[in-house]
Amino acid sequence: MAASSTNLAPATRSVGLRFERVEKRFGSLWALRGVSLQIHAGEFVALLGPNGAGKTTLLRIAALLMSPTSGIVQFAALEPQNSKVTFDGPPGTTEMQPLGAKRVIGMVGHNTLVYDELTAVENLTLFAQLYGLDDVAARVATSIEACGLASRGDSVVRTFSRGMRQRLSIARALLHDPRLLLLDEPAAGLDRQGLAWFGATLERLRVDGCTVLMSTHARNESLDLATRAVSIASGRIEQDSGTGGDPRPLLAVLRAEA
Amino acid sequence: MTTARAAAIILAKELRLEFRTRELLNATVIFSLIVVVLFSFAFEPTAAESRRYGPGLLWIAFLFAGSLMLHPSFSREQTNSTLDALRMAPISSFSILLGKMLANFVFLSLAEIVVVPVFSVLYNVSLTGVVARLILVLVLGTLGLVITGTVFSAVSAHARMRELLLPILLLPILAPLLIAAVEATASLLTDEPSHFGTWVAFLAGFDVVFMTVSWLLCDYLVEE
Amino acid sequence: MKLRFVGTIAAALLIMFAGYAALFIAPEERTMHEIQRIFYFHLASWITSFTAFFIAFVANAAYLATRRAKWDWLGVAGAEVGVACCTIGLITGPLWARPVWGIWWTWDARLTTTFILWLLYISYLLLRGLIEDPQRRATLSAIYGVFAFLDVPLVYMANRLWRTQHPQPVILGGSGSGLDPVMSKVLLVCVIASFGVMTLGFLDRYRLEQLRHECEELRQEVESRAIESQSISKKGQT
Repeated sequence: MAASSTNLAPATRSVGLRFERVEKRFGSLWALRGVSLQIHAGEFVALLGPNGAGKTTLLRIAALLMSPTSGIVQFAALEPQNSKVTFDGPPGTTEMQPLGAKRVIGMVGHNTLVYDELTAVENLTLFAQLYGLDDVAARVATSIEACGLASRGDSVVRTFSRGMRQRLSIARALLHDPRLLLLDEPAAGLDRQGLAWFGATLERLRVDGCTVLMSTHARNESLDLATRAVSIASGRIEQDSGTGGDPRPLLAVLRAEA
Repeated sequence: MTTARAAAIILAKELRLEFRTRELLNATVIFSLIVVVLFSFAFEPTAAESRRYGPGLLWIAFLFAGSLMLHPSFSREQTNSTLDALRMAPISSFSILLGKMLANFVFLSLAEIVVVPVFSVLYNVSLTGVVARLILVLVLGTLGLVITGTVFSAVSAHARMRELLLPILLLPILAPLLIAAVEATASLLTDEPSHFGTWVAFLAGFDVVFMTVSWLLCDYLVEE
Repeated sequence: MKLRFVGTIAAALLIMFAGYAALFIAPEERTMHEIQRIFYFHLASWITSFTAFFIAFVANAAYLATRRAKWDWLGVAGAEVGVACCTIGLITGPLWARPVWGIWWTWDARLTTTFILWLLYISYLLLRGLIEDPQRRATLSAIYGVFAFLDVPLVYMANRLWRTQHPQPVILGGSGSGLDPVMSKVLLVCVIASFGVMTLGFLDRYRLEQLRHECEELRQEVESRAIESQSISKKGQT
C-alpha cells in the first residue's frame, strides 16, 4: 500500500477530490465563490450550469492549473474498499501532494492540448515520457489503436479534422491511466464514430472505479452514466443530488432548460 | 522524474518541432548574416580595425538575432494551450524553463557556427590559435542570452506587441553581458594586454546570477 | 486628509527653500561658478531615484512572495517616481557637464549605470502598459522588476572593469570631496526637500493605483449583480 504520497501502488485505484470554501477571482471578477464540494472515489459527477457559471474555472483548479484565491483543494488516494473519501486521515487514505496528484489526473479541456506540428504518435510519446510511463512505445501504440487513429498515426496533427483532433486530445488525457478524469465539454467536435468510442471508454472507466467530473451544458448521452449531478451558477453551487442520491431529476430539469 | 530528465524530454520536443519546419532557425542565421554584411557597407574597416571593432559587431548581431528569435519559445505554447498540458504533467516548472533554455541555446549556437566563420572571412580576421577560447566566450555569452531571453519570452508572451517587447525588455538587461563578451572576444583577437580571464569570469557570474533568479522565480513565470 | 494637505504644503515650501538656498545661499564655486549650483539638485535627484527604484525592487519581491495587491501598487509607484527623478538627473547632468568639461556625456560607470537603470524601468512601465489582466500584470512586471534591479550592480561592475582597462581622463571628480561646510548644508537641504517631493509622488501614485483598483471592483460588483438580477427575473418568468 502506498505510504509515500508520490507513488500510487497499483492496488490503489481510486482518487477522491475535495473543495473547501474555494474562491477564485480574476482581478475584480469572482469566478468562484465559496465552493465546497466533496467528490468520492468512483463517483461520476455531471457538472451543469450556464456559460460563465464557473465550471471551467472549477475544473482548471481541480487540474492544478491554477490555485484558488482562497480555500483548500485536496486529493486523496484510497484503497478500493473505501469508497467514501474522508480527508481526516483514517487508515487507507493518503493525502496526495500536487506532483503525485498530477500523475493520476487527466483532463480534456476547451483546447486540444496537443502540438499541431508533431504527429499523433509523437504527441502521445511525448506525454507518455513526461508522465514517466514504462514501455512508452507499447502504451502509445495501444492508445492510438484504441482511439481509431492508427492509420493516421504518423501524420502531423495539423492535417487532422476537428473530430480526429478531439479524439487525440481525449487519448492524450487517458494515456497515463488517470484515476481522476476532468472533462470540460469532452464530446465537442467528435464525429459519430468518436462519440461511440468515447461513450464506451467512459463506461469502462466508470466500471473500473475511475472518478469522473464532467462539465457539459448540452444534451449528452454520456450523462446517463452520471451517478451525481451538481449545478453551478454565478460561481456558487446551486443544487447537488449528493453522493448515493439520484441525479436523474436534476438532469431532467436541466435537459428541459437546454 | 528528475528535473534533468524532464528538461531533456522537453528539449527533445523543442528540437523536433523546430527541425521539422526550420523557419526560425533559417531566419536567425539569415538575419545575423545580414547584420554582419550591412556593417561592412557602413564603414570599411582595415584589418586592424576589424579586429578591434569586429567583436562588437559580432555580438550585436547575435543579440539582435537572439532577441528576435526567442519570443516563440513561450508564445508558441499558447496555440492549443499546450503549455497547460506541460503544466499538468508531473514535472517541475523549472524543467519546462530549462528545457526551453537549452533548446534556445542549441538554436543560437547553430546560428553562431555559421556566422562566425563568415565574419572571419569577410573581415579578414584570423581565428587560428584562439578557437577554443573563442568557443568558451561564445558558450558563456550565449548562455546568458538564452537564460534571460527565455525568461522574458515567458513574461512577454502574455503582453501585446510581444515581438517588439522582448527586445526592449531584453537588450538593456544584457548590457553587462555585451560589454564582457565583446571585451573577452576582442582580447583574443587584438594585441592589447589580455584580461580574458576576468571577462570570462564575469560572464560566468552573470550566467550564475540569472540562472539562480530564474530558478527562484520559475513557478511564477510558468503559472496561469 | 488634513495631514496630506499639510504635508504637501510643507514639501512645497521645503523645495522652494532648497531652490532659494541653492541659488543664493550657497557660495559661488571657485572653478565652475554659477553652473555648479545645479549640482545640488543633480545629486539629490540621483539619490532619490535610486531610493525609489530600491523600494520598487523590494515591493516587487514582496508581491511575488505574498501576492497582496498593495505591493504591486507600491512597485509601480516606485518605478514611476524613480523614472521621473532619474530623468531629472539625466537632464541636469549634461547641462552641468557641457559648460564645465566641454562634453555633454561620457560613458563612465556611474552615468552608464544610471542610463541603463532609466531604460530598464521605462521598459518596466511599457511592459505594464501592455498587459491587460491586473493579476498577470502584477506578477510579470514584478518578475521583470527583480531581474532589472539585480542587473544594475552587474552593469556597474562591467563598466568599472572596462574603465580599469581603458583608462579615460577623469572627468567627474568625487562629488563629496572637500565640500565647503555651507555647501554641505545646502546639499543636505536639497536632498531632504527632494525626498519630500519623492514621498509625495509615492503617496499620490500609490493612492491612484488603489483608487483604480477599488473602481474596478465596484464596477465588477455592479455588473455581476446586474447579471444575477437578470437571471433571477428570468427564473421568475419560467
